[in-house]
Amino acid sequence: MAAGPGGLAGTTRLERAFREEWGAVVATLARRLGDLQAAEDAAAEAFAAASVTWARDGVPPNPGGWLTVTAWRKAVDAHRAAGPRSTSVDPQVLGSVTADARTAPDIAETDMTETLGDDRLGLIFACCHPALAEDVRVALTLRFVAGLTTREIAAAFVVPEATLAQRLVRAKRKIRESGIRFTVPAPERLAERLQSVRAVVYLVFNEGFASSSGASLIRDDLCDEAIWLGRLLHRLMPGDAETAGLLALMLLHESRRAARLAADGRPVPLAEQDRSTWDSALIAEGTAVLDEALVLRSPGSYQLQAAIAALHAAAGSFDATDWPQIALLYRALARVDPSPVVEVNRAVAVGMADGPLAGLAVLAPVLASGALAEYGPLHAAHGFLLEKAGDSERARGAWMRATETLDNVAVREELLRRYVEPLTENPGRGVENGGSAP
Amino acid sequence: MKYALLIYSQLNADEYGAVLDATRQADDNDGPWVKYTQAARDAGVLVGAEQLTHDDTATSLRHQGDDRMITDGPYMETKEHLLGFYLFDVDDLDTALDWARRMPTHPGQTIEVRAALSGLPWQRALAG
Repeated sequence: MAAGPGGLAGTTRLERAFREEWGAVVATLARRLGDLQAAEDAAAEAFAAASVTWARDGVPPNPGGWLTVTAWRKAVDAHRAAGPRSTSVDPQVLGSVTADARTAPDIAETDMTETLGDDRLGLIFACCHPALAEDVRVALTLRFVAGLTTREIAAAFVVPEATLAQRLVRAKRKIRESGIRFTVPAPERLAERLQSVRAVVYLVFNEGFASSSGASLIRDDLCDEAIWLGRLLHRLMPGDAETAGLLALMLLHESRRAARLAADGRPVPLAEQDRSTWDSALIAEGTAVLDEALVLRSPGSYQLQAAIAALHAAAGSFDATDWPQIALLYRALARVDPSPVVEVNRAVAVGMADGPLAGLAVLAPVLASGALAEYGPLHAAHGFLLEKAGDSERARGAWMRATETLDNVAVREELLRRYVEPLTENPGRGVENGGSAP
Repeated sequence: MKYALLIYSQLNADEYGAVLDATRQADDNDGPWVKYTQAARDAGVLVGAEQLTHDDTATSLRHQGDDRMITDGPYMETKEHLLGFYLFDVDDLDTALDWARRMPTHPGQTIEVRAALSGLPWQRALAG
């Protein structure tokens, strides 16, 4: 079903199509059965049957429908085999389908294809339900919506495969037993639940984009999965501005992927990136999606962050960037979604727009609060602004602090190499908005 | 689907006693828990509800080997005490969580939402 043990890299279009089909079957079955495990088992049997039948008789005209109806029948068989005492699936649900699948397979097939969009959404909402722990939401979404294997997810998040498998088993049981439904939430709950879905997608993206641990700065595969999820969600909920904002944000970040790492794997700060290597197609797409979102006039955190990323993407150089506008957007972001991390980024933007002293003034309360004492980018931003203000001595102390607090080996080594080891003046070095994703 | 909404509180026995005294003296037909219970009953989803004595006064029967030992105190000494529960019959977890969210709880209280199993043999005996 997927790439080799090395991870998800090199996913071919065929594999992707296969995974999409698998995800669609699981979504439809899960919604009807209310049980992810039963859906997964039935889908596996249907794909096994397809490999035999299609090889012999050729691919049917509607492969997706064939797979879904076959999986459905397998689920009904499994239920019958388990006997009437089986409580994993509501017998009433299965009763209604048994009739469907036996007497009117064509009707069942049409019905199933028509509700596919809803099924997909329902599955996403179940996997991202706030009653599940965040890491569990991420694992479920990658497994059942994106169709990654347990082994691939375990490798991407550097956890033992057995541990992850166990978490998934428990999560599937919790969904079934606690009555988490595979449906789009009622309107009064939709905003909150959508927020949880977007957070999961962005978490996957961030884990890939600026991985918090491990030796590699960018785990491309996770970014790809997150963007794929973002596109799917945007396609299913085109009228939701923040969902569009999230997709735009990821596309715009992703456009700089090639420029963010030097050939030897060292991170390249925004100020020094070769802007000709930025992916203009992704920038165009991201900007277009953002424009679509802004028209909906329902502003939010992802749109603001995407707007900031779009300004970076539109700038000819680091110095020629519209820093005053970016500083304003960070101020708006701080109102919508206040956090010390936003203040750190705002300080860098203000420092570029109004001078390093103004930036340091924004940073001072964050430093004083101690809330982010262990947050490397805070100290990197501090060092950057001090350096710009001409205070090399204190800047070096801040860089040192930054290297102590960063988990990412590549970023830490680069900071050490640049700012701490030489113990010489090293002015004018830019750090990409304090080292975090801007 | 039936859900138990278990209400936990950090009040110790003395504090809980004071709260109960105040509640009894107020004899308030319009209090938040009265309204909440009324709303749940009116919605036709309330199966039952009980408020418990503090687990300070609990008695535990421990089955050890062939013996049943009576001990003074709760099964487990914890900071959070189970002080009551509502039993709801609603469609899904989201609806149960909505009812949990509507409870007029105080900061420091926790509602644990647990789905009840169904279709077990002993439950047929319960139905008669």
